[in-house]
Amino acid sequence: MKGLSARIVLAGLLPLVVVAAMAAWFLSGGGSRLGLSVPPIEKLAIERIVFRPQEIILHVRNVGPGPLTIAQVFVNEAMWDFSVAPGRRLGRLGSATLSIPFDWLEAEPYRLAVVSGTGLRHTREVEAATATPSPTVKSLAVFGLLGVYVGVVPVLLGLLWLPFLRAVPRSWLDFWLSFTMGLLAFLAFDTLSEATEILERVPEVMNGALLVALGVIAAFFALTAVSRALGGSGGARGMGLALLIAIGIGLHNLGEGLAIGAAYTLGEAALGSFLIVGFMLHNTTEGLAILSPLIDKSASVRDLVLLGLVGGAPTILGTWTGAFTYSDPLSLLFLGAGAGAILQVLWVLASSRAARGEPVLEALAKPVNVAGVLAGFIAMYATSLLVAG
Amino acid sequence: MRPAPWLPFLPAALLLLAGAAGCGGGGATGAAAGSDSLAQAARVHAIRMLTSFDGGRVKKLPGGRTLREYWVEAKNVEIEVAPGVRFPAWTFNGAVPGPTLRCTEGDSVLVHFTNRGTMPHSMHFHGIHAAAMDGVFEQVSPGETYDYAFTAEPFGLHVYHCHTMPVKMHIARGLYGVFLVDPPKPRPKAREMVMLMNGYDTDLNGEDNEFYTVNGYANVYFRDYPIPVKAGELQRVYLVNMTEFDLVNSMHTHANFFDVYPTGTSLTPSVYTDVVTMGQGERAIIEFTYRHRGRFLFHAHQSEFAELGWLGQFEVTP
Repeated sequence: MKGLSARIVLAGLLPLVVVAAMAAWFLSGGGSRLGLSVPPIEKLAIERIVFRPQEIILHVRNVGPGPLTIAQVFVNEAMWDFSVAPGRRLGRLGSATLSIPFDWLEAEPYRLAVVSGTGLRHTREVEAATATPSPTVKSLAVFGLLGVYVGVVPVLLGLLWLPFLRAVPRSWLDFWLSFTMGLLAFLAFDTLSEATEILERVPEVMNGALLVALGVIAAFFALTAVSRALGGSGGARGMGLALLIAIGIGLHNLGEGLAIGAAYTLGEAALGSFLIVGFMLHNTTEGLAILSPLIDKSASVRDLVLLGLVGGAPTILGTWTGAFTYSDPLSLLFLGAGAGAILQVLWVLASSRAARGEPVLEALAKPVNVAGVLAGFIAMYATSLLVAG
Repeated sequence: MRPAPWLPFLPAALLLLAGAAGCGGGGATGAAAGSDSLAQAARVHAIRMLTSFDGGRVKKLPGGRTLREYWVEAKNVEIEVAPGVRFPAWTFNGAVPGPTLRCTEGDSVLVHFTNRGTMPHSMHFHGIHAAAMDGVFEQVSPGETYDYAFTAEPFGLHVYHCHTMPVKMHIARGLYGVFLVDPPKPRPKAREMVMLMNGYDTDLNGEDNEFYTVNGYANVYFRDYPIPVKAGELQRVYLVNMTEFDLVNSMHTHANFFDVYPTGTSLTPSVYTDVVTMGQGERAIIEFTYRHRGRFLFHAHQSEFAELGWLGQFEVTP
């Protein structure tokens, strides 16, 4: 470190020092001297509700602008005894766990409210209480199996279409590639719309929409790098492209698994067999999407199984995470990553459709491609009706 | 001399650190400062209020009448209404409910009311008096004083409350108290208690109450001070309903029945029951005697209110 670099260090630090000084002045009462002090409105988020035998556990977080104190708990509009760890007083973004001894009943709705020190009521409702699974061998197996059913099996089944796709005339290749693009477009929108549902309940302070954006951007650029690595500057083709699609779909399925596990845990969806069958049909079409770049290429069974696992297995990770350690912000990040990955794959796929020097949009505008994209999207929409819950 | 390649990242890294520190400002810290003294004040007020009657400063007037003078101040005070739950109350004399003002029918009453709050207030007494003494059209601005002078009539159990519009808000914030006028010939000797039923709209949404109490503090006679009662001794409760938002409130005694004197304007009871239900502003004197010893609940028979703070117990001993 000689004179020059010391000066540069100083130049880098100067703005930070000034900002820190201003912040210190504001926080030490300067803000109120300016007449800007506004009484803080307490905001408490009930992030997670856990039902154990004769006990309800609330994971809460202070998402308001200042500290707050947890004063009382209402269960269905009645004051109830509770214990709190580590303490009642929460700093900004501080969290606590409330344990409420309560003889709750399976499948009944509950309205849980925490009253903070200034008398504000922070409420969250559970539509149907159900015992929260703890990660025992048995429940890990159950949720793992759930992931296998809705993720792995359908994607692998979809891959069985390869002989069929190869048998249909080669002139159909364009159609199937476009069909895949339609499928992927649906999955991108589907992932984002799932994120918007979560955004409605995520506290403002978390900037949930930007977590989604962070996921989108991170996945998009990460997959771009992967695509380059797989296929050089022209992007991945053939097996490389199929792998890319599988990764994108895998990230999407991670988000889907999260949603399924969480919905079960939050008591918001009774996972009936109908819903699981619906997911199976819906996700079988995802296998088709992975196949399309392989129609005119050779692929071993091992390759296909690998692709199926890359696309389907993340569902298991999703159901586990969703069921045992669910967190809204983390879900937003994952869902964003799912959407970003799919958008990137769409981009690669679209680029691969154009001949050298041909604008991508012009290539896509051919009637067979338009028909393929629409057919793919509509096929996904139709099967999605089976999982409407 | 080239600067180190990581230098450009230094400011960004420090900003990230600052952000992390901002998040880490969380975590739980010690107990809420000052809330213990508020809790103590609420407990003491509720326990004292149960058996406190303010007869005012008494003077004999020429002609033999009694003059009773009271001093009441409206002021904004933060109170605790349930453990840990604070409420920005508007009070008469610093607590909710205000003091129980007691006199005898025919007494000359003089109330010096000073508004030390931040908006106009008034004292509106239930009773028979002149228009200018009704506390409606003569609003008292902050810093001003108004004297209410009237003859106490009729005998019975009455209330006073602020009548500044919006009245709903001024009552919900805590501006009320008991105004008790005894009959000229005193009621039979008894152990006397005041119980004023109220609610608190702690989130101030102007629609409903979060908590219900008797004498201002949730469950105080259940948790902090089970009321001691001697078996066989006549108990007289001056029961007043100043609940806002909810149409009615009620009281139920366990394992016992009581005589009800609606508004206390008659010396003969109208009904013998174990639940009395009253609309907003309604009141009744109830009298009972415990035969059995032990602990007996009393509470609103709207179970919802009972489980939001309107619950108490009598501890009956021989």
